[in-house]
Parts: sequence; structure tokens; C-alpha cells
Amino acid sequence: MAIRSRTFKETYREDIKLFQTIWIKFWLAIFFLGLLSAPLWADPYIIYMANIAGIAAIGAIGLNILTGFTGQISLGHAAFVAIGAYTSALLAHHTGIPFYVNILIGGLVAASFGIILGLPCLRLKGLYLAMATMSFGVVVEYTITHWDSLTRGVRGFRVPPVTLFGHILNDDATFFYVLMLFLLLLTIAAKNIIRTRVGRAFVAIRDRDVAAETMGVDVTKYKVMAFGISAFYGGVAGGLYGYYTAYVLPENFSVLLSIEYVAMVIVGGMGSISGSILGAAFLTLIPDIIKGLTEFIGQYISLFQDIYNDEWNIASFGLLIIVFLIVEPKGLNGIWIRIKTCFKEWPFTY
Amino acid sequence: MDEGIHYFLQLLVSGVAVGSLYALVAIGFVLIIKATDILNFAHGEVIMVSAFVCYFLMTSLHMNFIVAFLITITFAFVFGLLVERVVLRPMIGEPMFAIVMITIGLSIFLRSASGIVFGHDNKVFPSPFSKETINFYGLVLSQVHIWVLVISSTLVIVFFLFFKFSKIGLSMRGVANDQFASMLVGISVKKVFSITWGLSFLTAAVAGIFLSNVMVLNIGLCFVALKAFPAIVLGGLDSIPGAIIGGVTIGVLEMLAGGYLEAKLPGIKELVPFIVLFLVLMIRPYGLFGKEEVERV
Repeated sequence: MAIRSRTFKETYREDIKLFQTIWIKFWLAIFFLGLLSAPLWADPYIIYMANIAGIAAIGAIGLNILTGFTGQISLGHAAFVAIGAYTSALLAHHTGIPFYVNILIGGLVAASFGIILGLPCLRLKGLYLAMATMSFGVVVEYTITHWDSLTRGVRGFRVPPVTLFGHILNDDATFFYVLMLFLLLLTIAAKNIIRTRVGRAFVAIRDRDVAAETMGVDVTKYKVMAFGISAFYGGVAGGLYGYYTAYVLPENFSVLLSIEYVAMVIVGGMGSISGSILGAAFLTLIPDIIKGLTEFIGQYISLFQDIYNDEWNIASFGLLIIVFLIVEPKGLNGIWIRIKTCFKEWPFTY
Repeated sequence: MDEGIHYFLQLLVSGVAVGSLYALVAIGFVLIIKATDILNFAHGEVIMVSAFVCYFLMTSLHMNFIVAFLITITFAFVFGLLVERVVLRPMIGEPMFAIVMITIGLSIFLRSASGIVFGHDNKVFPSPFSKETINFYGLVLSQVHIWVLVISSTLVIVFFLFFKFSKIGLSMRGVANDQFASMLVGISVKKVFSITWGLSFLTAAVAGIFLSNVMVLNIGLCFVALKAFPAIVLGGLDSIPGAIIGGVTIGVLEMLAGGYLEAKLPGIKELVPFIVLFLVLMIRPYGLFGKEEVERV
């Protein structure tokens, strides 16, 4: 009997399986047990951070489908988040539609805007696409800020708390469960999109669009679809964000948010769903890490005392983008895979 | 002169003045695109940093304007060489997306780092130009704007001659056209890249010093580069005359929109350049004078 040193895939079905090995199922089960019991043992602050990271992860998965898998640069992702947030918030404010339907409508409205943006952007690539999506972001931010009668402009407005089956969910722990359900469903959906025909078409377009077209991939259809799906995820993230923070303000959806999402995708790993989640979690933690570091150094060097402010976070996002692109273009996910292979193939590691 | 026509002409003249500032910013972008095919999103931040350097040389070290100006542009040139060596050199051969993203990363890093170092309060640049305006048949224009017009047109002529006749200018065009072929004929691509970034940062410093004479000097100065995007796209990404014409057009459009539509649509002035950008990208992505890209498979 031959000893199998690693997993070889013998059939195509095996290659596209959702869970590649039994171990993945095992670790995932443990992970979910830990996650579901988290509100019982974890500090409320950790739950709060997990919620923020979870919302960011949904948006980052969306952006990763567009940039990581389809290869279309987008600097306007915040626009879709804003559209989703405002749609759900307005619906919640003015009508009594249940919250999960609101979120869904928010996502769908964002998706239709994504398709509207995607259609004219079909002709654009690289630099031009970056500029077009960025100007779309600017236009949306402008509209939200100045359409006073609808959005109340820079004053923003309150979003009523989530009500589910007659219960009002206004504490972090219950929202955590709702959010994790959303994240789980959307992650599985994204995984399924990627491993099927649609996902392979996306990757083909990313690698070489002309070649994809000659092989029979309908580039127009799939590019627009990628824009739509990505915008849907952004919209859902926006809706959840509005509900969670209970307030929507135009300044939360500026170009900086788009860049933050791009940073999540790059740091997490382009073209990887789990990478997006890792990246979102990592970048949500960054402000606290830096705060802790400056406080720690501040104990010894007086220059560093009390100098922490928001600028440090943004500077670190910029620095992280640069460092990851130069040193580790595959992102955190790439590092994780390297470590895994290192253990798996021991002692034949190189 | 008729009141309406006079108002229109005044808007036009102010538009040209503002536009020439955009053009000055745009030249720096075009230089890098021409030689390396990279759009440097961090250009605005370089403008802002140079303006701050010049400000501190003049106020804290009490240098006169000319000396501070020369030191600043030298600093900018060296800064350009450094950025190219540390950030952009490792990215040669990487996909366009990564290179675009790295300049964006650089831009937000520089912006917030400057926020930490220079602070957020507005500073008044000790302007060497007199505040008196020049009145030409009832049309008013400030002295700085005249200087900017002179400087931008001089730069255009200098760069035109530089690309046409100088050895390094020719090799820049060669590198832009085909990196491998230019290596084969003995051009040092690395050297060309560094010099390009140095020169581009140098023009950014010139733009920054003049801009801070006209606008308030604070971190927000870097957003002027966002206005230059529509200018370069309109002019064609790799054309220096295009940058000038695009810059002036955007300036004029902005002023006209501000003059006639601002009452009905507040803030439309800021938005017009981006609408133009979007329309140009949709209809004629290579702009007025840019080379039309034909993709080979």
C-alpha cells in the first residue's frame, strides 16, 4: 500500500469540493463552537470588535470577488456600502418592513447601482478603472451629503434598533449571532460562486480577458455580474453597519473607507475568501494594536506619550498596503498557507 | 462692456488662472506616466509635503524665498529618487493593480504622516508676491496667477525640448515605448526610472510652492491632485501639452459652473471635474491627445 504523503486530487469533483479534507471540517467545527460560545466567555469589547470585523468582512468579501477574483480595481466600494446603509436605514426609519428584508433590499439596490456602474466600466482597465470608480465614489458621497430632504445631509439620522420576531435586539451579543449568521451565509455563497462556473469565468477574466473571450466566456455578462455581486455584499455590509451603529452619517462612507476595504483585501490576500475575513479582522484590530504600542513605548520615551490619534491608523493602513504588496503579495492567507504546507510536508520542507 | 459678458469674461480669466495651477500639477503626473506607465496617486501628497518644507525653511530658518525654493526642489528631487528606489523598484514587473495600489498606499501614508508631523492648523505662506491685483480692462487677476502661467508655459517648453533633444529625455521615451528594446540598445532603465521620479517630484515641489501662495497651506493641499486627474485624463494621460489644455479646461469649467450653477446646486463646483472625468472615460478614454492603446494578444 502506498503511503499518501499529502492530498492528491484524482477527480475534478474532489478538486472543487467545499471542504477539501475531513480535518478542515473538524477545525471549522471547533472554530464555530468557539465563536458561538464567545458571548458567554468573552469580554464585551471583544464582541464589539468581532461585530465590527464581521461587518467589514462581508464588505471585504464583496470587494475581493471584484478585485481579487475578477481583477477589476475598485476605489469606489464605499459608495455601495453607503447606498446599502442609506437604503436600509431609510426603510427602517419610514416603514415597518422586517430588518432582514431591509438588509436584503439594501443589498439589491446597491447591486443595481453596481450593475449601472459596471456597464460603462466594461471598456476601462487598470488606471482608468481606478479613476472611474473613484469618481463614482465621490459623486455618491456628494449626493448623500447634499440631498438634504432625503438623507438629512451631514446631520445624518438615527436607525431604529433591530427587531426580530417581536424582540428588540439592542445588545452586542444578540447582534453578534445575527451578524455571524449573515457572515456564514454570505461566505458560503461566495465560496460557491467561486468554485462553480461563474467563479472560473471570473478568474479567467482576471488572468487574461481576451483569452477568456476566445474560449467562450461572455466577458460583458460576467464583468457586470462581478460588479453586481460585489456591490450586493457592500450593500449588505452597509445595512448591517447602519443597524449596528444605530446612526448613519455621510462622513463614514468617504474615499478613505474604500481604501480601507482595499487594504483589507490586499493584507488578507487577493483572490481568497478566507483571506478577506482575515484581512478584515486584522485591520479592525490595527487601531488597538497601535494604541497599545504607542502607550507601551510612551512609558519609556516621553516623546511618544499621548500622541496616538486616528492619523496613526490611517498611516498604518498605507504602510501595510505598501509592505504587503512588496513583501507578501499573497497576503495573510499566503502566509497561512505557507505555514500549513511547512507542517504538512515536514520533514521535506523547503 | 455689457454686465453679463464682463461677468463671463472674468469667470473665464479666473478659470484660466486656476486651470494653470491644475496644469502645473498635471505635468508631474504626465512625466511619470510617459516614462514608466505608472499613475502616481501620491503626487498630491508630495506637493503638500514640499510646500510644508518650503514653509518651514522660510519661517523657522528665515531663508529668503529663492534659497528656500532651490533647497525645496532639491529635496523633492532626492525624495523622488528615494521613493522610486524603496517603493517602486521592487514592483517592476508586477501587475498594474499592485502598482496602482502601492502608490495609493504611499499617498495615504504620506498624508497621515504629515498630519502627525505638521499638524492640522492652517498656515499662511509668507508669500513673496505682492497682493496687488492686475487690472486689465476691468478683468482682475492676481500676480501669483500670472507667475504660475509663466512658470507652467516655461515648463512645457522646457519639457518639450527635453523630450525632443536631450539624451536622457529620448531614453525616457524609449523606455516608455518598450523596456526590453531600450535595454537592448544600452539604456539603463533603472536610471531612467529614478530620474523620472526625481523630475516629477521636482515639478510637484514647484506646484506646491505656488499653490500654497494661492490657497491655505494645510494637509488639504494634497486634494488638489484629485482635481488634476480630470485634467490629465481629458488631455490624454501621456501628453504634456494635453495636461496644460486639460488643466485650463477643467479650471474654466469649474469657474463657469461655480459662477452660474452654484446658486441652484451648492457644491457643484467641486463636482464638475469628476463628472467631466467620468464622461471622458466613457466616451474617449485616451483623452484629447493621448495615444490610443491597441491591445495585442
